[in-house]
Amino acid sequence: MAVEAIEAGGGTSQFWRGVRVAVPVMVALFPFGILYGALALENGFTVFEAVLMSLTIFAGASQMVGLELFGQNVPAWLIAFSIFAVNFRHILYSAAIAPRIRHWSPLKKTVGFFFLSDPQIAEAEIKAERGEDVTFAWYMGMGLGIYVSWVLESALGALFGQMLPSTHALGLDFLLAIYFLGLLMSFRKRSLWLPVVIASAIGSILAYKFVGSPWHVSLGAMAGILLAVLMPPATEGSQKP
Amino acid sequence: MSSTVWIILAGAVLTYLTRIGGYVVLSRFERINPRVEAGLNAVPAAVLTTLVAPAALSAGPAELIALVVAGLVALRGGMMSMFLTGAAVLIALRYLLG
Repeated sequence: MAVEAIEAGGGTSQFWRGVRVAVPVMVALFPFGILYGALALENGFTVFEAVLMSLTIFAGASQMVGLELFGQNVPAWLIAFSIFAVNFRHILYSAAIAPRIRHWSPLKKTVGFFFLSDPQIAEAEIKAERGEDVTFAWYMGMGLGIYVSWVLESALGALFGQMLPSTHALGLDFLLAIYFLGLLMSFRKRSLWLPVVIASAIGSILAYKFVGSPWHVSLGAMAGILLAVLMPPATEGSQKP
Repeated sequence: MSSTVWIILAGAVLTYLTRIGGYVVLSRFERINPRVEAGLNAVPAAVLTTLVAPAALSAGPAELIALVVAGLVALRGGMMSMFLTGAAVLIALRYLLG
């Protein structure tokens, strides 16, 4: 399990190691940040409002859904609720990361949870699996790296989005799927990995067809998690480094 | 302030609640049941799958081949090499296939 002594170097080097982990995320997020900023202005946001949303919500998919609804005549509470629905999966993340950050102070936890995103939980779990300590400095290096680039990209998109070239030829619209697949593969040595992946894939595709987005994420994930809960406890080993 | 700003702030508060909620619920328990632990252990794979599966389902040949190649590279190489290979294959195939 996490050993403090493994913490290589001081807080500063941990911070920069976190930033380095964030680099592929920044690249993959680039088109979405630009697209978000451009769409925000198209839906009647001011540049200030577009940037404020990235600064305070910091969850791309939910911001896009929120924008969609602003464009239509939807009551305010329903927009807020839809943002909540898209972000519901974070409840699972904050439960899963709890044992990794037990040693953080309450203040560090309060700050850290704001930066809890899809890549953040995945990389933290990978680090913990290697037997390394999930330090606050490393976590914030990664979190701030993603946060700052997301806010800057949103601003760029809001200011210059109208000049958007075709991002399709550059493959930009599909980079996040490739990145998420890479993260998914890095967990393949965990117990029940394949059954969980199959159950979640079937669950999310069915939910996508019959319930609709964004619920396919939470419902599909619940299918995989339920399977893991119901299976007889596996023999130890596969999840220990 | 405009109503847009208020909706954004409400969305921000609700989003933060989802980011801390699972921790708050879980920290009420002294010991974690092994089955709950198995479920939490499955969280990353389960959620990441739901982010990839619908995208893969609606993807064309260029996207699918890029995913397969990236998945194979991930078996051997690190995150960065698999990401760059996947992106290169995708760009090349989109160029070739139109």
